[in-house]
Amino acid sequence: MEIVTLFFAAILVNNFVLHYFLGICPFLGVSKKIDSALSMGLAVTFVMSITAVVSWIINHWILIPYNLDYLQIVSFILVIASLVQLVEMFIRKISPPLYQALGIYLPLITTNCAIFFLALMAALRDYNFVQTVIFGTGSGIGFTLAIVLMAGIREQLELADVPDSLKGAGISLIVAGIMALAFLGFSGMIK
Amino acid sequence: MSTKSIREEFLKGLWDENPIFRQLLGLCPTLAVTNAVINGFAMGMATTFVLIFSSLVVSSIKKLIPSQVRIASYIIIIATFVTIADRFMAAFFPPVSKDLGPYVPLIVVNCIILGRQEAFSSKNTVGRSLIDALGMSLGFTLALLLLSSIREILGMGTFLGHQVMGAWFKPWIIMILPPGAFITLGILLAIALHIEHKTRSRS
Repeated sequence: MEIVTLFFAAILVNNFVLHYFLGICPFLGVSKKIDSALSMGLAVTFVMSITAVVSWIINHWILIPYNLDYLQIVSFILVIASLVQLVEMFIRKISPPLYQALGIYLPLITTNCAIFFLALMAALRDYNFVQTVIFGTGSGIGFTLAIVLMAGIREQLELADVPDSLKGAGISLIVAGIMALAFLGFSGMIK
Repeated sequence: MSTKSIREEFLKGLWDENPIFRQLLGLCPTLAVTNAVINGFAMGMATTFVLIFSSLVVSSIKKLIPSQVRIASYIIIIATFVTIADRFMAAFFPPVSKDLGPYVPLIVVNCIILGRQEAFSSKNTVGRSLIDALGMSLGFTLALLLLSSIREILGMGTFLGHQVMGAWFKPWIIMILPPGAFITLGILLAIALHIEHKTRSRS
């Protein structure tokens, strides 16, 4: 039950984009079309799940036993950077069509703060292995949900008559604000 | 090499190339920590520290870093200074450090810092990089202060914890919640763009 709560809380209540303000760059940059938004979301979910696993192992098998937890920042960022590189090479070998679809978005994920935050947060809250994996996957799905919804709204927005100064980032942020307002409605779900 | 004068190098961070309003970089911390002026200020100072020292180190060892591994090297340099800032704040300002939580370590992935290393410090002298870092971090800090002042005054009726609005004022709680951050920044960006359009059409 607790696991289920954690999963849905990560998707809806503590949504990474709309509650923690993470991954705003891809959220604004790659949300012009639903297709590319979905690819970006899936790539992030994929990397997030793997990062959750690997960073948990590094943290609990290496950093904590040797009292090195002040190295968390440096080691997590290195893990993420090399992981993204590995995943990229792996996907290129195994599934060229998937690589084509994700292609340009994969390298961008290294600097996506959501991934780094996930590793830190799991360490900070002292999640066990299962909780970490659930938290990672849920957060990824939450990100995908937010970016796809955003892309859907922006596709409609193309047809709207937006004042010149608000075009681009301005109106996107205000739309995100209204989405965040709607998502606040979920906060009653979990005590 | 940049050909701007020292003065221009410093001032460009404040408006022409302001990281938040003009380049839209580092929006995650901008939105997340500006619910109170003190948090915005602390984040500004921590980022200033990391940006200045990373720029100093990167610009002084730029010839030693092979270009294939430069991004990884920059990230390690940045992560080192972020760790210092994080530990320092946890030791000397525990309440602020607790409020900012994981957003201090997140300075590592703040695109402003990596962006300045790649775009400026790796190509310019130590002195110029220092001026550039000072200007950029001042521009970033000012933007954070502006956003957090608006949110704190409207959201709680206070400024740095002191009551500034009269008893008639009913705080707009929404301003210190996530939606307030998005909407305020959206409106500020629109105003910045509007001013830019105006000045361009005049000249």
